[in-house]
Amino acid sequence: MAILVIAEHNNARLAPATLNTLAAAAKLGGDLHVLVAGSGCRAVADAAAQASGVAKVLLAEAAGFEHQGAEALGSLVAGIAKDYSHVLAPASVFGKNLLPRVGALLDVQPISDIIAVEAADTFKRPIYAGNAIATVQSKDAIKVITVRATGFDAVAATGGAGVVEALPVVSVDLGGSSFVGAELVKSERPELTAARVIISGGRGMQSGDNFHLLEAIADKLGAAVGASRAAVDAGFVPNDYQVGQTGKIVAPELYIAVGISGAIQHLAGMKDSKVIVAINKDEEAPIFQIADYGLVADLFKVLPELAAELDK
Amino acid sequence: MKILVAVKRVVDYNVKVRVKADNSGVETANVKMAMNPFCEIAVEEAVRLKEAGKAREIIAVSMGPASCAETLRTALALGADRAIHVETDAELQPLAVAKLLRSIAAAEQPGLVILGKQAIDGDNGQVGQMFAALMGWPQGTNAYKLEVGGEELTVIREIDGGLETLRLRLPAVITTDLRLNEPRFASLPNIMKAKKKELAVKKPDELGVDIAPRVATLKVEAPAGRSAGIKVGSVAELVDKLKNEAKVIQ
Ligand SMILES: Cc1cc2nc3c(=O)[nH]c(=O)nc-3n(C[C@H](O)[C@H](O)[C@H](O)COP(=O)(O)OP(=O)(O)OC[C@H]3O[C@@H](n4cnc5c(N)ncnc54)[C@H](O)[C@@H]3O)c2cc1C
Ligand SMILES: Nc1ncnc2c1ncn2[C@@H]1O[C@H](COP(=O)(O)O)[C@@H](O)[C@H]1O
Repeated sequence: MAILVIAEHNNARLAPATLNTLAAAAKLGGDLHVLVAGSGCRAVADAAAQASGVAKVLLAEAAGFEHQGAEALGSLVAGIAKDYSHVLAPASVFGKNLLPRVGALLDVQPISDIIAVEAADTFKRPIYAGNAIATVQSKDAIKVITVRATGFDAVAATGGAGVVEALPVVSVDLGGSSFVGAELVKSERPELTAARVIISGGRGMQSGDNFHLLEAIADKLGAAVGASRAAVDAGFVPNDYQVGQTGKIVAPELYIAVGISGAIQHLAGMKDSKVIVAINKDEEAPIFQIADYGLVADLFKVLPELAAELDK
Repeated sequence: MKILVAVKRVVDYNVKVRVKADNSGVETANVKMAMNPFCEIAVEEAVRLKEAGKAREIIAVSMGPASCAETLRTALALGADRAIHVETDAELQPLAVAKLLRSIAAAEQPGLVILGKQAIDGDNGQVGQMFAALMGWPQGTNAYKLEVGGEELTVIREIDGGLETLRLRLPAVITTDLRLNEPRFASLPNIMKAKKKELAVKKPDELGVDIAPRVATLKVEAPAGRSAGIKVGSVAELVDKLKNEAKVIQ
């Protein structure tokens, strides 16, 4: 049977996490289909059709799908899921909002946040903020799964030859939810979950203004800027910056933690990074227990030095 | 309006859990337990809505073993009016919890149901959305700010990329994010008063719900360890290591 991957997108661009989800789906064995539901999102469907391994793209366009509410999309996905052995989506806010709804409509127990595929019905997923890894087996006829992007290398965005098939959309029931607006953080920098290098600041940064010290370095490294929960709660930076158990899960080549103590909830979001650097004035800070390179120093002294050194 | 709040008893967030030697799960014997932090936020939000005159009654619900009663007493001390304990020693997966909640909601007819966005033990993040789907109600997950009007509510959600505002028809489901509010502490007089509040106990059978797990846990292992590396003495040394040893920057 075929496998359905729900594309994440903003009607204009396919979100990269979709390609990681396709990589997980490719390990299951079966034709890969992608659902692109939105409004005026033909370009997204065309892009999805190019992704490596995709056989077919189902395009569901309707005004009611513009903001991709879980109520409307949940019904749509549950309606077509019966033709599939698996339904997957990225374990992003989008996927986590939608797939449990699909699971309930299908009377299926979904599996969140998988990091490995052991067999078509068996997966690994982190529990307890990543302090344990569970191997779980689904007994449901249809497997409903969200995929942690850092667990799977993305498939190539091009080289595929999928066909795009438009679904007939009759009417969309918004299910009692209406979109009012969104305030999206605009940044020239790479997205946290897609960045090769991340530099994150914690409570030690003391203020939002001081984040320019991190931004100066981010600019030189082509890095994204992240934060601990404490920094977000204190209002230094927007919620979108939060890395951790309940924020974004990242695994860049290089993660630089500045003025972050290393609480388990923060580590849960970044400890799979390839190389970790910690800058903290407290040599006992737990972050040093997982850092490859630790620098015990006052961040206000060393961040400008680091910026200067990178210019050399 | 009645508000139903779902609260889960979990291992305290400060505890670093350990995997059992036989890989059947994590060690929970003699480990400090507490209300799931997101559920504390859910209770607090309900109490604030009641204080603002938007709600008449708050009912806290918890499902699991006898010890959940303690978590419900905490919810009562924080301001819930009464509690329902669905008692079972069996493993409860989110689908079962959502169905039990549906059964309770059918009887109680709440105008709003508030849950945590995730329980920090299983890290599933599913029950709210599943329950909303079973009821055919709209959902506002990862709530950052909530405003309840007459027949509807406005919720600002934390999403990847920023914030999103939705208007939801009531009854609706809300799941809490970390910044929705800062939960209060229960005062001693309120803890005393909570002992006298109603706490009803029900069994899954009585509610007519099949709670059989759909997902089997085959094993639970410790994650691949990561050990401490080295301390560098200067910024110059750090940059040199990153360029020439780790080769992660040019
Ligand atoms: C349910 C729940 C979920 C959570 N989810 C998350 C999550 O997703 N992500 C997350 O990050 N946290 C999360 N937390 C919070 C977490 O427990 C910690 O409170 C938080 O990570 C601490 O942030 P911090 O390291 O910036 O602050 P602190 O712990 O206060 O550490 C600040 C550090 O800065 C250092 N410092 C101060 N000044 C300087 C200076 N001048 N130079 C150098 N170093 C300096 C200090 O030595 C200290 O180590 C969660 C908590 C709960 C209960
Ligand atoms: N056993 C339970 N009893 C009461 N509420 C629960 C239970 N399990 C989950 N919930 C609720 O559902 C939320 C999300 O849980 P989960 O989907 O398991 O991550 C929790 O924050 C609770 O509000």
